[in-house]
Amino acid sequence: MKALYSLFLVFALAAIALVGAGALGMEKAFGLYIPFLAVAVFVVGFCVRVVGWGKSAVPFCIPTTCGQQESLPWIKQSTIENPSTTGGVVMRMLFEVLLFRSLFRNTKVDLHEGTKVTYGSSKWLWLGALAFHYSFLTIVLRHMRFFTEPVPGLIAGIESLDALLQIGAPTLYLTDLVFVVAVTYLFLRRVVVPQVRYISLVQDYFPLFLILAIAFTGIFMRYFAKVDIISVKQLAMGLVTFSWNVPEGIGVLFYIHMFLVSVLLAYFPLSKLMHMGGVFLSPTRNMNCASRKFRHVNPWKFENVHYHTYEEYEDEFREKMVDKDLPVDKPLAEGAE
Amino acid sequence: MSDLPRPEKLFASIDYTPPKADWMDVPTVIKPGRYCYAANPDSVNYVGLPNAHKWNPLDEDWGLPENWQEIIFNGLRERLHKFRSFKIFMDICVRCGACADKCHFFIGSGDPKNMPVLRAELLRSVYRGEFTTFGKILGRFAGGRKLTASVLKEWWYYFFQCSECRRCSVFCPYGIDTAEVTIIGRELLNLLGLNIDWIATPVANCYRTGNHLGIQPHAFFDMIDFFCDDIEDITGIRPEPNFNQKGADILFVTPSGDVFADPGTYTCMGYLMLFEYLKREYGLSVTWSTYASEGGNFGFFTSHETMKRLNSKMYMEADRLGVKWILGGECGHMWRVIHQYMDTLNGPDFQSSRMETPVNPITGTVFKNAASTKMVHIAEFTADLIKHGKLNLNKKRNANVHLTWHDSCNPARGMGLLDEPRYVAKSVVEKFTEMPEGTIREQTFCCGGGAGLNAGENDELRMMGGLPRANAVKYVHEKYGVNMLGCVCAIDRAVLPNSMAYWVPEVSVCGLHELVANALVFPGEKERETDLRGEDLPGEDE
Ligand code: SF4
Ligand code: SF4
Repeated sequence: MKALYSLFLVFALAAIALVGAGALGMEKAFGLYIPFLAVAVFVVGFCVRVVGWGKSAVPFCIPTTCGQQESLPWIKQSTIENPSTTGGVVMRMLFEVLLFRSLFRNTKVDLHEGTKVTYGSSKWLWLGALAFHYSFLTIVLRHMRFFTEPVPGLIAGIESLDALLQIGAPTLYLTDLVFVVAVTYLFLRRVVVPQVRYISLVQDYFPLFLILAIAFTGIFMRYFAKVDIISVKQLAMGLVTFSWNVPEGIGVLFYIHMFLVSVLLAYFPLSKLMHMGGVFLSPTRNMNCASRKFRHVNPWKFENVHYHTYEEYEDEFREKMVDKDLPVDKPLAEGAE
Repeated sequence: MSDLPRPEKLFASIDYTPPKADWMDVPTVIKPGRYCYAANPDSVNYVGLPNAHKWNPLDEDWGLPENWQEIIFNGLRERLHKFRSFKIFMDICVRCGACADKCHFFIGSGDPKNMPVLRAELLRSVYRGEFTTFGKILGRFAGGRKLTASVLKEWWYYFFQCSECRRCSVFCPYGIDTAEVTIIGRELLNLLGLNIDWIATPVANCYRTGNHLGIQPHAFFDMIDFFCDDIEDITGIRPEPNFNQKGADILFVTPSGDVFADPGTYTCMGYLMLFEYLKREYGLSVTWSTYASEGGNFGFFTSHETMKRLNSKMYMEADRLGVKWILGGECGHMWRVIHQYMDTLNGPDFQSSRMETPVNPITGTVFKNAASTKMVHIAEFTADLIKHGKLNLNKKRNANVHLTWHDSCNPARGMGLLDEPRYVAKSVVEKFTEMPEGTIREQTFCCGGGAGLNAGENDELRMMGGLPRANAVKYVHEKYGVNMLGCVCAIDRAVLPNSMAYWVPEVSVCGLHELVANALVFPGEKERETDLRGEDLPGEDE
């Protein structure tokens, strides 16, 4: 049901662009104003969110330690999973952000005859997520050729690597393929695995469909509809150089693509997609694990509270303590006064 | 365990398929056996926490104050600002489900609201619905909901079905720690006086008497004296522990569970024997305290503030007695607090400047890793002694023990104490077998009764939660003949015997220093016939 909502929503968005840029001829709006606004919302929104998190305090040092601590000299420390130096923390974060280390650990539980539970390794989600994120990144980088003149060597390099197989004309990008498969997998997983379906919200399906729709429109433009690339580049260059003009005859498909991308950008800071920024700020991963060695300072103060002091304690129990020859600070007679 | 179904029956009832209806539409029914009794108002009052009142979770009316929603909203707002962890964890979960089947309570119950992601979502949905613009406008469509009395009850029920073990956090790609969310969720509930009694009363007891059972100083002394009698019977050596001794070098603090309940008591005898041995051989000067006679910090399950107030005693006592550093016993949440909170909370206020970076006076080892808190874990201490050959150990006395090691959650995932206890264990027993990968070290399973859930009335929950741990033990028991489960946590020693009796009756539970003491050979001791439990020693010549 939630998946259907989201699908419908994406269709509705595509329809808006179809009507707006097509029938109503609002090419300027869909080609320039909306994308520009979306980028602005994205950048400002992203910053607002990150700064918002940054404003919240990190009162305690609470990393999840996933390996042996720094301890006696002859005990081997797990310097990456339980880092006690900044270098170690950086390594830990790199593994996390670039290779999805924690997801790599994933297991799946199964019940068996008798009273047996087993845990099998389960790397599909890790693989799917990795494929998705890296192909997405490659695609974004590839698109930079529309916004740069001359195209930097790095981007051209990525592009030719991506087209390595030389299939068809225009040549098939491998990432397009991987991307669609990965997004489809992530979606199917949400509907097929009962527990994941149970926890999924509209906001979980919506970005998947949106991204898939963006991919499809993009692929369709490149391989089938063959949109006029030169005009697209003119438009894109116009956008970044602020010499706003809309070349004729790009075709409505492009505007749909562009509009969906704009929606994605504007939606980004409002949604869970912000995990992109949040992962760097997660205190359980980005803190040093040596909290007995170095004091961590809490920026806020506890309000004045009462502590139960030894004096109060002894006053209450002095007699009983003396009775057992336990040392006391004040002798019995004095305390009794 | 009267109402508890047989293990096979309980196991057969586990079903991982969630209901058809959306989780927001599945009403929460509070089931006996899965919840703990409400906090006694006297205990809540004693430590001055808000809205102490009599109530019963099974009643319709929970006696909430008039403006309870406002209290929660204010509390929530304040905590979003005070805890970046909380704010981030509210915002960035992608509901990938990687954490879903990692929680022992989900594995053992199949209740979908025990999936860590959904447990956090119970709070997150309210955060979205009441605090974010998106959620306020779109409501349920954006995954938001309003805070109603039944939502509050759902919080209470499921936040007290989380033992704050952090296993889920290990698997989350963003390190989202549902324990952190639960901790804050419980803080919010505490604002309305909605704690459970197995937490509130120990908190009050710790505050008043220094330990969770409310043992007064004379009784505390008697209990330890009683252990000394037993030790004398077994070894012919009588330990003479110091209490509240000014001028001692080291203050020793252990969870009071060790002083009170089997098999923790044997571990306690182990500490006594180790210290006596070190005193006689090397002149170690160590003291116990009746005032700071609890390491375990039940305040941690109440609020950060209560945690601070209870924890302060250790430093205050260290200051009063003038010790150089503090040695900590085998305890789980005590160590989470010491490792990750203590120095921040109480370091500058209560730590005396006379304290020094801990040095083992016998081996000269400097515990650099404890330079700031000045607290050393006894497993680190003993491992160091053994490595330097300072203990005369006879493994053969533990020849009847085939040990496997349970990494207690808090030391494992809150500090990374993994190899020290293993080193000690392997030095004192002959047979040691690890449980399968994925169930040990950072992926260890909770005993099922952590974070204050070790009450009698929630037996069913504890047995369900204990299943994953027990299941792994069962595996090594059947395959290799393991008959003993070792651990460094007092809650483990209280919970695991029950859960073993239920799932793997052939396996017993012990602490680390029970095994050390069994193996420790005192000069001039009489020939031992039994171990600390009074069971016959295996023949030396076997
Ligand atoms: S693993 Fe992390 S991101 Fe995934 S559902 Fe659990 S808490 Fe959310
Ligand atoms: S902290 Fe432990 S008990 Fe709580 S949800 Fe996570 S795995 Fe379950």
